[in-house]
Amino acid sequence: MNNVPLVHFLYLAAVLFGIGIFGVLARKNAISVLMGIELMLNAVNINFLAFARYWNWNSLTGPVFVIFVITIAAAEAAVALAIIISIHRQFRTSNIDDAHYLHG
Amino acid sequence: MIQYAWLIPTLPALAYVLIVVFTKRSRVLSAGMSIVATIFGFLFSVGLLFELLKLDPADRAISFGTTWLQINSLQANVGILIDPLSANMLLVVTLISALVQIYSLGYMKDDERFSIYYSYLSLFTASMLLLVVSNNYLQIFVGWELVGLCSYLLVGFWFFKPEAAAAAKKAFVVNRIGDMGFLMGVVTIGMVFQTFDFAQVKGLVTQDIANETYQTGYIAGIALLLFCGAVGKSAQFPLHVWLPDAMEGPTPVSALIHAATMVAAGVYMIARTYVLFSADPSSMTVVAYVGCFTAFFAATIALAQDDIKRILAYSTLSQLGYMVMSLGVGGYTSSMFHLTTHACFKALLFLGAGSVIHAVNSQEIWKMGGLWKKMKITSVTFLIATLAISGIFPLAGFWSKDSILDAVHESAIPHHEFLYYSAIFTAFLTAFYMFRLFFVVFTGEPRDQQTYDHAHESPFVMTGPLIILAFLSISVGWLNLPGFDGYSKFLYYGQYHDEAFNWTMAWFSLMIALLGILLSASLYYWKTFPVAKIVEIFNPLYLLLKNKYYVDEFYDWFVKTFVFGLASVFKWFDDEFLDDIMVDGTGWTAHKMGALLSLTQTGYVQNYALVVFGAVAVIFLLVSF
Repeated sequence: MNNVPLVHFLYLAAVLFGIGIFGVLARKNAISVLMGIELMLNAVNINFLAFARYWNWNSLTGPVFVIFVITIAAAEAAVALAIIISIHRQFRTSNIDDAHYLHG
Repeated sequence: MIQYAWLIPTLPALAYVLIVVFTKRSRVLSAGMSIVATIFGFLFSVGLLFELLKLDPADRAISFGTTWLQINSLQANVGILIDPLSANMLLVVTLISALVQIYSLGYMKDDERFSIYYSYLSLFTASMLLLVVSNNYLQIFVGWELVGLCSYLLVGFWFFKPEAAAAAKKAFVVNRIGDMGFLMGVVTIGMVFQTFDFAQVKGLVTQDIANETYQTGYIAGIALLLFCGAVGKSAQFPLHVWLPDAMEGPTPVSALIHAATMVAAGVYMIARTYVLFSADPSSMTVVAYVGCFTAFFAATIALAQDDIKRILAYSTLSQLGYMVMSLGVGGYTSSMFHLTTHACFKALLFLGAGSVIHAVNSQEIWKMGGLWKKMKITSVTFLIATLAISGIFPLAGFWSKDSILDAVHESAIPHHEFLYYSAIFTAFLTAFYMFRLFFVVFTGEPRDQQTYDHAHESPFVMTGPLIILAFLSISVGWLNLPGFDGYSKFLYYGQYHDEAFNWTMAWFSLMIALLGILLSASLYYWKTFPVAKIVEIFNPLYLLLKNKYYVDEFYDWFVKTFVFGLASVFKWFDDEFLDDIMVDGTGWTAHKMGALLSLTQTGYVQNYALVVFGAVAVIFLLVSF
């Protein structure tokens, strides 16, 4: 592990984050958008752990933060899925562009 | 005893509060409290008078009080000033008020709002006494406004009559015009002298005059502003229009407020602030001429009126004109003396008129006639008052009016001969129209048989005050009999001067008055000349007088043309600019801006997310480079 340089982790995280943004901004399916968000969160988690590993392995700040993020992400996924189910019941679709009745 | 003088205005005020809060349902308690408070005030005033008489003439001004407001160095006090002037007014106000309240027991007995009526009378008495005992300009203004309010409430007491409601409004609005001047005068006094206290202002003005540092224009300006207030309250030309209309109120109210006491407040106020007026001959001249003109002007209008109360109202205007003129020519004592005697006989005239109206249910003198046989007490007392106001020897009016004429004759005002002859001619007119009223109402044959049959003498609660006032109308003038001069020695401005009574002039004015009575009798009693014929010959003049010189019409036209014209310009500005452009424009702009911004609210979640990411990216770029 030690010979993998830090920057590789950062590249991986950046790529994951990019895929996540693409999912959030470009996909029509609500589930895909949700998956994009999860990817972005996990990219952040990788950064946390990588920096924790390469600077101070004894500090628990990074890993603890990751635990929190995972927890919040789980809650967020639950709420988001509930909303998606509601939308589906209301509009008979999981395409988020069809749910734009709050436009100005 | 003098230090308890604050009780005099306080008790009627207390009676007012108690009536309004507790005893409104009980007619007996309400009227009783009001009358007892006023009679107490009268007895106390008599006591005060004797206390003052015990003192040395130089010490007869006791002032005390406490701080009300402190504005930087300017201190506003509330306090009591007892001196001969206020003692005199206290007696007049409490006595007339007590008699009028007793009389009202009979006159108002069938009125539904009997208790409220008494509460208003109490409030009026309290306010008037507050005004009278005031020792500073600010407090006198408070009392001044309060009596104005009471006048409004009582003129409009029968507010369900449209004329009464309109008259009350008119009285209030016209008084505002004068009060505006008064208020500006009071404020200017505060600014210039840094005090509102009568004695201190008097001291400063006297000192200024002695040092010759005083600026005539300043003091004359203040005096004229204060005079505006007096013109409004004492109904002098050109603000006289409210008083005749105020006759829509109950007759005892007319007797108390619009004849004997409140309208005299203007005269009292000039006397109270006399140092400001006497400082400058030009303001004195204005006062004298306004008074003289009002006296003459109102007397001529009274010649052609048909309503018993309106004739008396114009006669009040005319007599107030005498008092104001007297102050203008330096006849301080004469003016207050006439105020006192006038209060007695004018209250008597109004209460007598009330008794007649009570009996015949009409105010139109041409429906009355021959009431002498039916109403002995009313007729005799009315005759006494008529003789008194005409200035017949030896009744009260003779002495007071003559002392005014004397003061005018002796004065140093420019063209005072003109004032003197106008005043003499006014005295002639007064005798004429008052006896016209008397002859038409009380003598001759009944003009309306039904009214005549219905007429009856009033109950004793009403005739009792008439008898007391008749006695006073005869005897009050004797306070100042030549040689005795009790009144002049008691109430004077500056130094007391012993002036010999001018019998020649007195007989001359008496002859003039008798001439007026004779002419009146020949027209309306013996009917030597046909009145209708004379009216026909002088028809344009008659119409001019009957329509009160069209002053009301002129004001109506003036208000409609200029005031409403100006108002419509402002209304246009308000509607077109303020409302349409400023107010609606603000709303329109906000609305349109909102519509524009709402275009960004697409409803597509991903658009929002894009903006968020884009913004983060932009911020990131800006921060890094």
